[in-house]
Amino acid sequence: MTISLPQRWQFRQPSVIPGFGLALGVTLSWLILIILIPLSGLAWRSSTLGWSTFWTLATDQRTLNALKISFGTAFLAALANVVFGVLLAWVLVRYRFFGRRVIDAMVDLPFALPTAVAGIALTTLYAPNGWIGSLLTPLGIKVAFTPLGIVFALIFVGLPFVVRTVQPIMEEIDREVEEAAATLGATRFQTVSRVLLPGLAPAVLTGFALAFARGVGEYGSVIFIAGNLPYVSEIAPLLIVIRLEEFNYPAATAIAAVMLMISFVMLLVINSIQAWSRRRYGYGA
Amino acid sequence: MEVRVQDIRKDFGRFPALDKVSLDIRSGELIALLGPSGSGKTTLLRLIAGLESPTDGTIFFGDDDASKKTVQERNIGFVFQHYALFRHMTVIDNVAFGLKVRPSSRRPAAADIRKRAEDLIDLVQLGGLEKRYPAQLSGGQRQRVALARAMAVEPNVLLLDEPFGALDAQVRKELRRWLREIHDRTGHTTVFVTHDQDEALELADRVVVMSKGRIEQVGTPDEIYDTPNSPFVFGFIGQSNTLPVRVENGQLWLEDRSIGVSAPGEPAGPAELYFRPHDIDLLDGCGGCLAGVVTLSRRVAGTRHVELDIAGSTRRIEIELPSDVAATPGTRIAFRPNRWRLFRS
Repeated sequence: MTISLPQRWQFRQPSVIPGFGLALGVTLSWLILIILIPLSGLAWRSSTLGWSTFWTLATDQRTLNALKISFGTAFLAALANVVFGVLLAWVLVRYRFFGRRVIDAMVDLPFALPTAVAGIALTTLYAPNGWIGSLLTPLGIKVAFTPLGIVFALIFVGLPFVVRTVQPIMEEIDREVEEAAATLGATRFQTVSRVLLPGLAPAVLTGFALAFARGVGEYGSVIFIAGNLPYVSEIAPLLIVIRLEEFNYPAATAIAAVMLMISFVMLLVINSIQAWSRRRYGYGA
Repeated sequence: MEVRVQDIRKDFGRFPALDKVSLDIRSGELIALLGPSGSGKTTLLRLIAGLESPTDGTIFFGDDDASKKTVQERNIGFVFQHYALFRHMTVIDNVAFGLKVRPSSRRPAAADIRKRAEDLIDLVQLGGLEKRYPAQLSGGQRQRVALARAMAVEPNVLLLDEPFGALDAQVRKELRRWLREIHDRTGHTTVFVTHDQDEALELADRVVVMSKGRIEQVGTPDEIYDTPNSPFVFGFIGQSNTLPVRVENGQLWLEDRSIGVSAPGEPAGPAELYFRPHDIDLLDGCGGCLAGVVTLSRRVAGTRHVELDIAGSTRRIEIELPSDVAATPGTRIAFRPNRWRLFRS
């Protein structure tokens, strides 16, 4: 006689791969320690402000402008990085030329370089009396000490994110897919625009999200080139530091909480678009 | 459309992949390029497609010199071994792609493109799966999408590169029969590459056997199997046995014994005897025959495969006998080939 066991929902499916309990335990503890506790501390601090205080602090004009500048410049920089990052990845993957390895290694420099160094270097170049700035000034273009300067700095720090996410996917593209498009009569331009680039969309989106997130949080390189004029070229992270230096902790907390929420929602949306397109295109299948 | 390949040579570096190859492909026929890997069959197919350009020689589509045209201008259909579907497009978008990318002067109306794509999807028996993505299809289904996509442009010639190579045996067999049906219904001139001789012999109107960048033999499956014109073709197609023999006075000799096979008109001298395992007569006694001791006996479906140790030769000889012949190892068996060929080196 067999005893029928009740079918219960199981937290973990039986599996031959050992260590699930240990791995998940370590992972969760680590996440809690590194991400969740600091962030919930932030949320808790801002909840002690009370809704009306929080709202007043968060909708302060200077804060709003700083948030607009932070998210706006990060968005523009990420867009620019998508265009040139994809192009750069394309060149690195598709062509074999002298110095390719060097260029490939150079892409990672923004990862390694202290961002302050990058900021100072860019400022020197783009300042009205700098190498490039002096060429642009007669044309009436001001880069340093304007929001445009912030975009330039963010392009610099965000570039590797796009290149490094798109590159491996591009390497996977089968030559045969391009040949198939050609045999069907597609021109080179049609092949690239209708076959190759759409196939890269999920990777490009990941790169965009990473570059954007990095741009929103960037501090070191921006403060040198931005000029930091309140209401004009002051980024939110800088405003937080300013508030902290004024011992105005509630205001700092409020800005931080707003940034956190906006970033989280945006990343969540981008991630779901990505998961959806990945499922559709069957990556890894 | 009729395709003529004339004195084509293709070098990859210093290594010639194809050497002075000429081939006439008749309009509407289904022709197989068969050969071991490295024989140049895929290169020939890609040259016809325009995916490679020949080092020397010409390719005609009908009376047009196609060798000056680009891939896009040749209007061919190409099916790849690994499908090469566009994975971000649905089945119907994949099939319609070739029509959608045409310049507006030659592009059918959107509704017509749709209709044509739907008809083709029905033809390849994938009706109902139009909205699926390639990742959601099985290998056999993907290859059928690839074929529909290639046929959508009304190609001058349909080229298939090992179309069933990535599929498992059961699906291969099914798709093979199905491809023949599609071909008979649509009548496209079709060239396909394969290293699987069963596939070539079963499917094709004519088979082109290739080896080392040259064409060895062109013929119907029967001609190729029954009258191979070279030792390579004899050895490559089906099973075969070889024995070093001597021709003397129109008789074949193995060492110092006549094997009872007469070859009238053959000049005297050493030669290589080729025969198939099933082309033999079993004999009771031996006055002029081949005889050997059974070393291995295997029952394969309806026949018995017997390996023999022939006196006077170190070669392993395999013959096929009716399954009711008890050929236990150690016993002697006498036989004589009834269909054979001699080749001289």
